[in-house]
Amino acid sequence: MMLLNLPYITVAILIAMGIYAMVYKRNLIKIVIGLSIVESAVNLFLVSLGYRRGGIAPIYTSAPSTYMVLPTPQALTLTSIVIGVATTAMLLSFCMVIYRNYGTLDSRKIRRLRE
Amino acid sequence: MIWDTLMAHSPALVIIIPLLAAFGTPLIGRAGKKYMYTWILCALALTELMTIVMLYHVFTNGTAIYVMGANPYNLAIPPDSHGIPVRIILTVDAFSSFMAFTASTVALAGGIYSIACEHEQTGQEKYYALLLLMLVGMLGMVLTGDLFNFFVFLEINSLASAALVAYHVDKGVATEAGFKYAIISAIGALMFLFAIGILYGEYDALNMAMIGSRMQFTNLDKIAMALITVTMAMKAGAIPMHYWVPDGYGKAPGAISAMLVTASQASLYGLFRMSFTVFGISANHVTLGWFIIILGVLSMFVGVTMALIQHDIKRLMAYHAISQTGYMLLGVGVGLATLGTAAFNQYGLAAMEGGIFHIINHAMYKGLLFLTAGAIIYRVGTSDLNKMGGLGHTMKYTSIFFIIGALSIAGIPPFNGFASKLMIYESVYQFQPVLSIIAMIVSILTLASFVKVFHSAFMGPKIHNVKEVPRSMLIGMAILTFFIILFGLFPNIALHYLVKPAAEALASPMGYLSRVLGGGP
Repeated sequence: MMLLNLPYITVAILIAMGIYAMVYKRNLIKIVIGLSIVESAVNLFLVSLGYRRGGIAPIYTSAPSTYMVLPTPQALTLTSIVIGVATTAMLLSFCMVIYRNYGTLDSRKIRRLRE
Repeated sequence: MIWDTLMAHSPALVIIIPLLAAFGTPLIGRAGKKYMYTWILCALALTELMTIVMLYHVFTNGTAIYVMGANPYNLAIPPDSHGIPVRIILTVDAFSSFMAFTASTVALAGGIYSIACEHEQTGQEKYYALLLLMLVGMLGMVLTGDLFNFFVFLEINSLASAALVAYHVDKGVATEAGFKYAIISAIGALMFLFAIGILYGEYDALNMAMIGSRMQFTNLDKIAMALITVTMAMKAGAIPMHYWVPDGYGKAPGAISAMLVTASQASLYGLFRMSFTVFGISANHVTLGWFIIILGVLSMFVGVTMALIQHDIKRLMAYHAISQTGYMLLGVGVGLATLGTAAFNQYGLAAMEGGIFHIINHAMYKGLLFLTAGAIIYRVGTSDLNKMGGLGHTMKYTSIFFIIGALSIAGIPPFNGFASKLMIYESVYQFQPVLSIIAMIVSILTLASFVKVFHSAFMGPKIHNVKEVPRSMLIGMAILTFFIILFGLFPNIALHYLVKPAAEALASPMGYLSRVLGGGP
């Protein structure tokens, strides 16, 4: 039974790691990496929700059996991955602009907003 | 015949028009600036027109549904699907169309305003493409009836908003604000997706009405509800999660600050829709209602006290935006806390009407104030209040618009802020007098703060030798002023056509559920 819950335990560990990185790391790139880890964890959660032991790919044309894994979570994950790529790309380009203007990516030194 | 088709397909058209226009903008932009401006204005005006058609459709025929890819278009549950709505459904009730009207009006004013305000910037075709995408995100969020679709539009809105916040790089400071906003939105949206996963795993559905009708309110649902409520409150800028608001609103271009107000309100819509429709039937109304009320009171009070000490005009207004969001949370929270009891008909519904009326009023006057702030920054070149002064000598129209906005936010008659605030005071007083008194004190502090801004920006000797802003910026401001005065002088028009149907639709989740699940065409 423990083994069946392994994906969910992994999800919990990954989310904890990602949020730790986002809260405690000072480098902006590392914050983006933390976000990507959380995103992978959520994607893993969605995919493992739809998994059935011994199920086949959900393609109905001449399928040997109708015992299939759920197709909807896979579609959701695919969409979520695409959105994640867009978010990461935008955040990294922000990091580039910030580095060009401040000469650093240390969030303790990037504080002109507060002045 | 054409009119009927147009009405029936209006929910889809409201989303499709700005979406297509957004991707067409970079192409048209190659032909020349003039063509691009015409293209943008046509797209925004057409969206506004379709929103009004949809508003009329929902007002006369009740909640409308539009099923993507189905034949006929309103077949929610196909005969061979065992009673499960399998497709993506747009569910438009009076509250959705009300929010769509607010969002597209502010976007229209913002688009017209931007033409002069962003005239000298580079990369304008991208700016307008993102502006339209931001509008698509907001409209999609308020019209959709599908949880995952809501997440997708939430992300479209967040990405476009974050990129627009960083549009004026401003030596990296605006980029810093954009980075902060993007991180907050992304982590919020991921937690929302996690909650969707939980709900899907339990109820095997993504349709809001389907989940609402199957809701058991187990412990897992409580986790999902906590994730959704906190995420949406964070995106709406309620107090313990407000730290991105002053940076994001403060550094964005003028028109985008105004549109960020409606973007936050789209998240507020998400919060209310989830609390009432998805979790509404079986959830513990009183606890959730009090949670929203406490968020609201904290936002009102802390927001206004933080605003008093600011000396940057846009940061100050951003803190006021937090404070005003508190009124909406308070009004609707009282409605949720009393839902289903005798007190609901006595004052709960009135409180909800006040809260919902405040949404559109806030979008109009706070939008106007951000546009005037943008106009000042456009001419003076600084957002520091200590370096301004005497602008009233030359910028006459801008100062008149500012006075109207400031009096309206402080709740002075005959402007629209008074109408909704009075409804909130009266009904909340019957619920809990202390809350109403806090709301009034906040209103007085708001007035004090805006008197300070008016004095330091417009009064005094002439320091800056500036001209009035260009005409298109004045037109943008005038559109919002028109609605402020209209809703202030004739609040009954807004109440009858917009607010009352919206409050009633939100307060009766059964109607929403049965419209989707109750049958086909």
